[in-house]
Amino acid sequence: MATRQTRSLARLMLAPSVVLLLIWMIVPLAMTLWYSFQNYNLLNPVMRSFAGFDNYRYFYTDPAFFESIANTLAIVVGVLLITVIGGILLALLLDQPIFGQGIVRILVISPFFVMPPVAALIWKNMIMHPGYGVLADVARSLGLQPVDWFAQYPLLSIVIIVSWQWLPFATLILLTALQSLDEEQKEAAEMDGANFFNRFRYLTLPHLARAITVVILIQTIFLLAVYAEILVTTNGGPGYATTNLAFLIYRTALLSYDIGGASAGGVIAVVLANIVAIFLMRAVGRNLER
Amino acid sequence: MARAISTRRKTVTTVVAWLVALIIFFPILYTIITSFKTEPEAIAGISLIPSGTFENYIEVQAQRDYFRPFLNSVVISLGSTLIALLISVPAAWSMAFSPARRTKDILMWMLSTKMMPAVGVLVPMYLIFRDTGLLDTRTGLTIVLTLVNLPIVVWMLYTYFREIPGEILEAARMDGASTLKEIVYVLTPMAVPGIASTMLLNIILAWNESFWTIRLSAANAAPLTAFIASFSSPQGLFWAKLSAASTLAIAPILIMGWFSQKQLVRGLTFGAVK
Repeated sequence: MATRQTRSLARLMLAPSVVLLLIWMIVPLAMTLWYSFQNYNLLNPVMRSFAGFDNYRYFYTDPAFFESIANTLAIVVGVLLITVIGGILLALLLDQPIFGQGIVRILVISPFFVMPPVAALIWKNMIMHPGYGVLADVARSLGLQPVDWFAQYPLLSIVIIVSWQWLPFATLILLTALQSLDEEQKEAAEMDGANFFNRFRYLTLPHLARAITVVILIQTIFLLAVYAEILVTTNGGPGYATTNLAFLIYRTALLSYDIGGASAGGVIAVVLANIVAIFLMRAVGRNLER
Repeated sequence: MARAISTRRKTVTTVVAWLVALIIFFPILYTIITSFKTEPEAIAGISLIPSGTFENYIEVQAQRDYFRPFLNSVVISLGSTLIALLISVPAAWSMAFSPARRTKDILMWMLSTKMMPAVGVLVPMYLIFRDTGLLDTRTGLTIVLTLVNLPIVVWMLYTYFREIPGEILEAARMDGASTLKEIVYVLTPMAVPGIASTMLLNIILAWNESFWTIRLSAANAAPLTAFIASFSSPQGLFWAKLSAASTLAIAPILIMGWFSQKQLVRGLTFGAVK
């Protein structure tokens, strides 16, 4: 039945995806690696030469590099803290019986569907603007001095915007996981006199552990690469205050035209992302076995 | 036995939940409201009641040729989704119905390509696009978005196809159906819902993709992401128009998103959370 013929048909059906992804994965990456060992500036493309590890050394000794790594980590950790903790609380809230539950859910998940440039510009202009923004209006009506968000707390502002975009994702996934919790178990725990905290600590949280892991890992992959939000709000500044690794590479490549340097940065970014990826693959892979 | 829930408790939870939900939704709501204000109104302090002008929508089209990036977004996101589906359906199909020893490894490897940060290959992609004339073309962006989303599409389809019982196939074979007939009459009807969900999620992802679309496009092929990003420089006095452009840019996806909540969880967690 499952003959050689079906076998080879199956291979044939699989081939286009595999070949395309193989090319997509290998060709640009190999080129990045190659350029990273070259002196190559688009402003002077004729002067190309082998650079050895110069680009890496240059990138590594650039003070902006460490600042950008620190900023990258601050964005990832900050957003994860806000979205995971906020997501758990929101999921617990939305899991309760509520009038108009469907609409509440829709309102809560909506920010996730807003494209990053729109999200960032809404926050920058309409919410956080020191003169005309909603937060400034609120501050003034309370008799407080309005905060100039992007000047005083540039990195925090980015974290807030990105958190707003990802909180719905965390909430939605944790809520989905929460709803698969056995109702009978919850009741049994309640009958046994476990209070809310104990039920949460010993029943809900262990049940959510897997979903939390997935949220953290998937978000980390996207958060390492935050780009558009920075581009349209602070453009990496003031100074390098909001430049993350992704943005620094973009600056090096397309604003300084330094192909070699940007490629070295790219290699570093790939290595960093892969460390995270290994953990994610394990978590997902385990699920495949089931 | 259902737990008895007092109406009072439900009312309190309802109020809290609505309050939180409205705060989270507020920036979007305020954008929609602002899009119906005049420019002086837009910066005149909080007000939730606009004068109701449609001027901004007309202006956005007249001054900035809004329809062009909109059309680019539609072409690029639909195009890349359809191509990705054409490539992925056979692949997911073969892995779900004739799994080989290596199937799991292939799936994991495909997923791993998704982990590659875009900036890691920005330089070569930019140079390749520049040298092949794909820079700032809809074709170029469609190709990139197809490749970027291909792993997710294969994975999502795979998790749907895997749920189709294999016995149905066996039964059809017993009845003497050929492979082609098997696919057309037996499996396709069962697979359509999964394909539709995958398509929906992928259109959303492609529509909102904001790295490649911004970096590899200029005036000609710029979709809405790049168009809106170009509003970032000037200060003040244009918020109402920005709001109108933003509202139009997010409305179709917002509505699609509301319908695809469940699939979203499944697609974005690669089936790890259902």
